[in-house]
Amino acid sequence: MTQLDDLYRRVIMDHYKNPRNRGKFDDDTVTVDLNNPTCGDRISLQLKLADGIVEDARFTGEGCSISMSSASMMTEAVKGKKLDEALEFADKFSSLMKGEEVTFDDYEDLEALSGVNKFPARIKCATLAWNALRKGIDHND
Amino acid sequence: MNSQWIKEQFPILNQEINGHPLVYLDSAATSQKPRAVIDAIKHYYEWDNANVHRGVHTLGSRATDAYEGAREKVAKFIGAKRPEEIVFTRGTTTALNLVASSYGPSVLSEGDEIVITQMEHHSNFIPWQQLALRTGATLKFIPLEQDGTVTVEAAEATITSATKIVAIAYVSNVMGVVHPIKQIADIAHRHGAVIVVDGAQSTPHLKVDVQELGCDFYTLSGHKMCGPTGIGALYGKKALLDSMSPIEFGGEMIDDVGLYESTWKDVPARFEGGTPIIAGAVGLAAAIDFLQEVGMDEIERHERTLAAYAMDRLSQIDGINIYGPNERHVGVVTFNLLDVHPHDVATVLDSFGVAVRAGHHCCQPLMRWLNVSSTARASLYLYNTEQDIDRLASALVQTKEYFA
Repeated sequence: MTQLDDLYRRVIMDHYKNPRNRGKFDDDTVTVDLNNPTCGDRISLQLKLADGIVEDARFTGEGCSISMSSASMMTEAVKGKKLDEALEFADKFSSLMKGEEVTFDDYEDLEALSGVNKFPARIKCATLAWNALRKGIDHND
Repeated sequence: MNSQWIKEQFPILNQEINGHPLVYLDSAATSQKPRAVIDAIKHYYEWDNANVHRGVHTLGSRATDAYEGAREKVAKFIGAKRPEEIVFTRGTTTALNLVASSYGPSVLSEGDEIVITQMEHHSNFIPWQQLALRTGATLKFIPLEQDGTVTVEAAEATITSATKIVAIAYVSNVMGVVHPIKQIADIAHRHGAVIVVDGAQSTPHLKVDVQELGCDFYTLSGHKMCGPTGIGALYGKKALLDSMSPIEFGGEMIDDVGLYESTWKDVPARFEGGTPIIAGAVGLAAAIDFLQEVGMDEIERHERTLAAYAMDRLSQIDGINIYGPNERHVGVVTFNLLDVHPHDVATVLDSFGVAVRAGHHCCQPLMRWLNVSSTARASLYLYNTEQDIDRLASALVQTKEYFA
């Protein structure tokens, strides 16, 4: 079970069971709806972008523990970041999924998802929220 | 049925996954292949390979005999009147698309109806949805019962004199439900409609007789019935196939090619442009031989017993929700564990060497009807045993504990 334990670390289960930033904003935001058509996961990500900064982020959706915990962590990680810093985080997350050694200085929770790269079928679960982030920021350009 | 002998015929089953002997419960996605099929394909490439219907040389004749022999075998296996009623395709998806693209527009005009169900696999759903959009026909759905079954009464109430095509699976790939095809075919015919039957999930598991069922069209996929991927077949009544135009053009499907016009070969060649899937057909023929050696009645009996055992074992697990009717005739069990997402279920099961499918099973409309985004699915075949079900059940209990 050690590989499994690597996949489902406590921090992941915590984000899955107590998701941060889950919900919707009432006012105008950038909204990105993204599906993972092969497995039925879906996320609706809302971003408040102002002055080149991700002021706030929320998400709703349904999916497995990996996709939902990744969404929870992503929203926490990018809040308050400049857009290019947020995109840099997204790139670093892609590297993490490829099995590369990556550290996330101010949001270490994300490193818990490093175990996912041993489970190729689950990588697309973990990257769903990040793809939504990229789309949201691109859309804003 | 000699379970030990059968299991030994499938080399792939003899391996460990994540330190546990493999339990393969994903046969509704694709079945495993017996040694006889693998050997037949190898033998074909090592001894008989040539293009068909062209060469005058010996290998050309052997390849042609093997290919046309496979057609005859498929025809007999599903009870077709003659081999010309079998068109080789890439699989069920291509077969259904051929009917929708060629036959569909020739009989439909605005106001006509196509009748399907919400339970269809996307491959027996989207072709009709798109055909309706193209032709202005109305797409109608036979309403499902609470337990996901289709009744003759519901079909009777949906099919009208405006219905031109009824398309339905013989067996649902999500709930293992067997639909009353013969009766629905009767209703369709009474209203002057044709019935297209998706046989992807029935052909591997039940004895099929297309004439007795009253099918106008019937489709099958080789890879779900112990054959290779990339080969399948469309059965069509001869008169219907004769009335249809080809949708793919190329080598070997023509009679005469002029500069500005061309004419076509008779069926089935008309629908088999290009070099056909020869090795696939050879493998499919070997798969049919294998299934018949075991016996389709025997396979059906085995699966029915095993499905009942699985329903019994799994329903005892706390917090499991099994979809569909309680009684299964075909071994497909779709379920969810309370508070554990099916992807997580499938990942943990895999760590115990148990392979199941998680997702929407190419049935998004049905998932919406069930009000879930995805499910886990265990699907059985002739090589599965009660021990496999026991392994699944105990791994599910451990999955629950892991996520508790």
